Amino acid sequence: MRFLDFERPIYEIEKKIEELKKLTREHPEFAEEIKTLEEQSNRIKVRIYSQLTEWQKVQLARHPDRPHAVDFINGMIDDFVELHGDRHYGDDPAIVGGIGKLEGLRLVVIGQEKGRSTNEKIRRNFGMPHPEGYRKARRLMELAEKFSLPVFTIVDTPGAYPGVGAEERGQSMAIAENLKVMLQLKTPLLTLIIGEGGSGGALGIAVADRVLAMQYSIYSVISPEGCASIIWRDGKLAPKAAEALRLTPEHLQRLGIVDEIIEEPLGGAHRDPETAIKSAKERVLYHLKELVVKDPEEVLRERRERYRRIGYIEEVALSS
Amino acid sequence: MLFRRKKKEIQAEKKDLPDGLWLKCKNCGEILYKTQLEKNLWVCPKCGYHMRITSRDYMSILLDDGKFEEEIAPGLRSGDPLEFPNYKEKLETYRKKTGLDDAALAGVGYLDGKKIVLFLTDFNFMGGSMGSAVGEKFYRAAQKAIELRVPLVALTASGGGARMHEGIISLMQMVKTSLACAELDEARIPYINVLTDPTMAGVMASFASLGDVIIAEPGALLGFTGPRVIKQTIGEELPPGFQRSEFLLEHGMVDGVVHRKELKATLSKILDVLRVPENGEG
Ligand SMILES: [Zn+2]
Repeated sequence: MRFLDFERPIYEIEKKIEELKKLTREHPEFAEEIKTLEEQSNRIKVRIYSQLTEWQKVQLARHPDRPHAVDFINGMIDDFVELHGDRHYGDDPAIVGGIGKLEGLRLVVIGQEKGRSTNEKIRRNFGMPHPEGYRKARRLMELAEKFSLPVFTIVDTPGAYPGVGAEERGQSMAIAENLKVMLQLKTPLLTLIIGEGGSGGALGIAVADRVLAMQYSIYSVISPEGCASIIWRDGKLAPKAAEALRLTPEHLQRLGIVDEIIEEPLGGAHRDPETAIKSAKERVLYHLKELVVKDPEEVLRERRERYRRIGYIEEVALSS
Repeated sequence: MLFRRKKKEIQAEKKDLPDGLWLKCKNCGEILYKTQLEKNLWVCPKCGYHMRITSRDYMSILLDDGKFEEEIAPGLRSGDPLEFPNYKEKLETYRKKTGLDDAALAGVGYLDGKKIVLFLTDFNFMGGSMGSAVGEKFYRAAQKAIELRVPLVALTASGGGARMHEGIISLMQMVKTSLACAELDEARIPYINVLTDPTMAGVMASFASLGDVIIAEPGALLGFTGPRVIKQTIGEELPPGFQRSEFLLEHGMVDGVVHRKELKATLSKILDVLRVPENGEG
């Protein structure tokens, strides 16, 4: 298991527990010690995880062992049939899309997948979509509308891919068109942010009636590193930028961007992916069930109203 | 996400000649008289390089009489939703420097006698970046166009994309402005984009890409990710002309590249054909 610096004490005590457990068959007397260590481990976790800085939360959101979109799909969706390609240029493995059932509820699923092994990461382009990924997503959203199916999108991307081909094929246009389509789609949309919500690249599949976020996810207009290097000319000030950007779910909820935060198991989703995915499944199902019984026109009207309202403005008397 | 140019570089184009009678073209090095340049709409007569100009300059180029008949949402300013370090001070500084409330201007005016709503972003105000005020102003400009049933022309000079000082709230302005575009579309109001140097990131990936017709000034930098970041990411030199207007034209992303001197006449021709359908028509 890979661990972050601040997770080291947890990792070390868990390693000790593992070793003792291996020996319990021959040394049943260790059971008592294991119990003590486990209690100690829990206390350490509670302590560490109740004092996380914003920057540590960013690191958790990017943790290599966090469950990915594919894990959520496997853990939540029955009879999933993956559908490939944008019908214009290619298939983008950074976006997984398809149809399936969530506890019997038929739906369309679209998720950004970072990949886990080195080969998978390269194949998935580390979860950074190209225009064809956004166009595939759009095609599937339109398919959903046609058959009155809700759309469930899973966000986990550092951002849309910054590359030559992506620009040549209209990265901006692809994202802009998706935004418009999601504001015209007469079927429910639900977004779950599971890890990194990287700016326009995340937003390209994340205009929704409900936006849910895992406890240790982030959603931001720019990465803390990018923000720090532009504003303070120093990427090393990323921790300061992470504070300033208000990119964690509690802030996002206060700002009216996230509707609900899904609690993760103690120590984060990567310590117990199954439980994390199960919690997500319950909440996603709850919200989708609420949405699918509503008049789709009404759902769309409310979605538009939601985004119409977002903004912090002041109006001063004629200043010019 | 964001496009950045060195401050000195930006100011060298026009601002650095308060008293000078001439300046040097940044592209070809030609020494040009200011009066000559002004007459040529700040385009180098020798090489055709389009210098950056302000939203008010564009207003005077495009509108009959050079001004709005009615300004839309004057005095609209961004708040500071994140209490971002030094953002309030920064806004104040730019307000003083530019005389603008925020990075956008909008109003009702006439282009070759045709009534339109004109929306403009201004690069001199925090790189023309979009925060709450720019998003809201665009939305209201679109509403005005729908209400009056006149076309909307949006001219952008927004290198900054979504303004990071307002964080996620800026990102959501991409959605708000795209919503305005959806409403224009449904109301069958002609919507024309004019992309000028530079239009990037969150602005380019929302309302600046959603027009019925999209035209660009020559040589403008247009794209999603800034070239510096792309170069860093791929570790290779970028192809010549990458992300310039002509490159987008070649790749089918814009309808045409139009010289600043032809801009008004071209818009006039487009608006003459793409008219708001009469009530009940179609
Ligand atoms: Zn020149």
